[in-house]
Amino acid sequence: MTIANTPSATAAATAGDTESAQVAALTAGRSSRLPGWFLILWRNRKCRLGLLLLAAFVLVAVFAPAIAPFAPRADSFAQSEAPSGAHWLGTTARGEDVFSQLVYGARTSLIVGLVAGTLSTLIATAVGLTAGYLQGVVDEVLSFFINLGLVVPVLPLMITLAAYAPVKGLGLIIIVITVTGWAFGARVKRAQIVTLRTRDYVTAAKFAGDSTARIIVYEIAPNMISLIVVDFMGSALGAIGAEAGLAFLGLGDPATTSWGTMLNQASLGGAMTTGQWAWLIAPGLVLALLVTSFSLINFGVDALSNPHLRED
Amino acid sequence: MAYFIRRAGFLLATLWAAVTLNFLIPRLQPGDPAQALLSRLGGKTQAIDPAQLAAVRKMLGAPDGNLLSQYGDYLVALFHGQFGISYTYYPYSVGHVIEQAVPWTLVLVGVTQILSFVVGTLLGAWAAFRRNSRVDSVITLGSTFVGTLPFFWIALLLIFVFAITLNWFPEGGGYGGGSSPGWSWLFFSDAFQHSVLPALSLLITGPIGWIIGMRNNMVQTLGEDYARLARAKGLSRRRIALTYGARIAILPNVTGFAIALGGILGGTVLVESIFNYPGLGRLLLEAVGNKDFPLMQALFLFTTVGVLVANFLADITYGLLDPRVRRTEAG
Repeated sequence: MTIANTPSATAAATAGDTESAQVAALTAGRSSRLPGWFLILWRNRKCRLGLLLLAAFVLVAVFAPAIAPFAPRADSFAQSEAPSGAHWLGTTARGEDVFSQLVYGARTSLIVGLVAGTLSTLIATAVGLTAGYLQGVVDEVLSFFINLGLVVPVLPLMITLAAYAPVKGLGLIIIVITVTGWAFGARVKRAQIVTLRTRDYVTAAKFAGDSTARIIVYEIAPNMISLIVVDFMGSALGAIGAEAGLAFLGLGDPATTSWGTMLNQASLGGAMTTGQWAWLIAPGLVLALLVTSFSLINFGVDALSNPHLRED
Repeated sequence: MAYFIRRAGFLLATLWAAVTLNFLIPRLQPGDPAQALLSRLGGKTQAIDPAQLAAVRKMLGAPDGNLLSQYGDYLVALFHGQFGISYTYYPYSVGHVIEQAVPWTLVLVGVTQILSFVVGTLLGAWAAFRRNSRVDSVITLGSTFVGTLPFFWIALLLIFVFAITLNWFPEGGGYGGGSSPGWSWLFFSDAFQHSVLPALSLLITGPIGWIIGMRNNMVQTLGEDYARLARAKGLSRRRIALTYGARIAILPNVTGFAIALGGILGGTVLVESIFNYPGLGRLLLEAVGNKDFPLMQALFLFTTVGVLVANFLADITYGLLDPRVRRTEAG
């Protein structure tokens, strides 16, 4: 494999410390057939733990029907039961199995994170790249929208949008989260491209007669991959948190089982007064664990793009 | 000076955008909101002031008339402060209902955020000063861990432990049944007791962002050439950390403070709803639950304008603190 084509090497090059990044990628790539960037992530202990955790969540989400002992909404059991052999985490006030809901909740969180994270990263990248590269009036207008998106209080906006929507569904939640969550990524990318666009190789491509679109896609975008990955992680995380918050407030999709709706029902269904600590604690804990896996992976991604942050 | 004019221009433009957004969102929905109000209130319709109905139409849209003239009417009504009446708190006007809720949120958010900022910045600076020591890893890993906990869940656990199990603090509400809002000692001590748990749930996660931001900024400033020069001059580590590291590293946190305000308000909505705290956030949820659109619209506008103005003030402060911004802003 060639070192120059791996995102880690090019990304690290923009951080200024080309040599050590290439050496790291080289030593990492020599030992196996896996791509160098993956090995750098894998070698970071925190990041490895995060990747394993996330993989576990993905497995649970994919195989939810096989793992969960019951359907998430099957309500034929005794109500508000304490944890037992039949119901590991007890039952809800409606007589549903808490553990099964927890397993299916992983699906909702991961789907929202993946879809809303991808969509807002796409919007952020498109807006940020265009604003930063074109500059002038286009930049002024786009930057205004970016700054507007940054300062508008997001949750009140989400709540207002969700309240007016005639249909409630997971799709709506994803759209609301995407519409309100792209601004930060766009600002970071705009700032990055402003420093990249005056580099020599971009000027060279311009003199060679390359079109603006080609320069953005082939010369600039590869240097921004680690930034895009970080943005995606952040957006996905924000989306997962936002879905949980909205669902907790009772503004989510009533037909979907998510950790937020579980907490909402636990708090409304009197989990505190009946002392059902498992129903109350489990959804928050898994949510925290998922967030932890993302933050742990981010340690590795940061180290990828900025050699100064490497642990050794 | 150009910097300040530019910031003021941005404030005006964002205010206009917020006002327009507030005009457009309710109009995405079909129907006549004033008619909805009448049917909502049922028997009480005799008492409704036609002027109030007109105000509701101006704010939320009328089924007839073109959008442009509606926009004009809306702006006029806005400047006169006519937000219509609340469906939920009939016969009170929206303005009156909001006025009642503002102090609660302002005190809760104000006190917890300033405390979070101070504590977070200090801890972050300490971690950067002792970089790679045990203190640093305890602070960094600890805040990363606490930062992953969903804070509305923390709030639920606080209620579970301190209100229901230990019975130290009340479960929710802003003040007890025995006191009423006023300038009395009884009311203040009661309100304080009720605010401990909401404040605590905001304070546990509040400083995290400032800790991490401050630590990373300061590690970077301590690596700059001027810090190296200071070391070469033989200045004490303490002096370098305070006057060469912290003083410059704190600047991005000031703008961070402004940007965070929007998110903080969101957090307040969650906390106020959990604790049934009589502030703006709970009011917003109540409005949403009752489909009280006049109140909802006014609250959205009010919080947005508040955040925009706070942002403007933070930008101005930043410009005063850091002369470099005033010069480079044009780029």
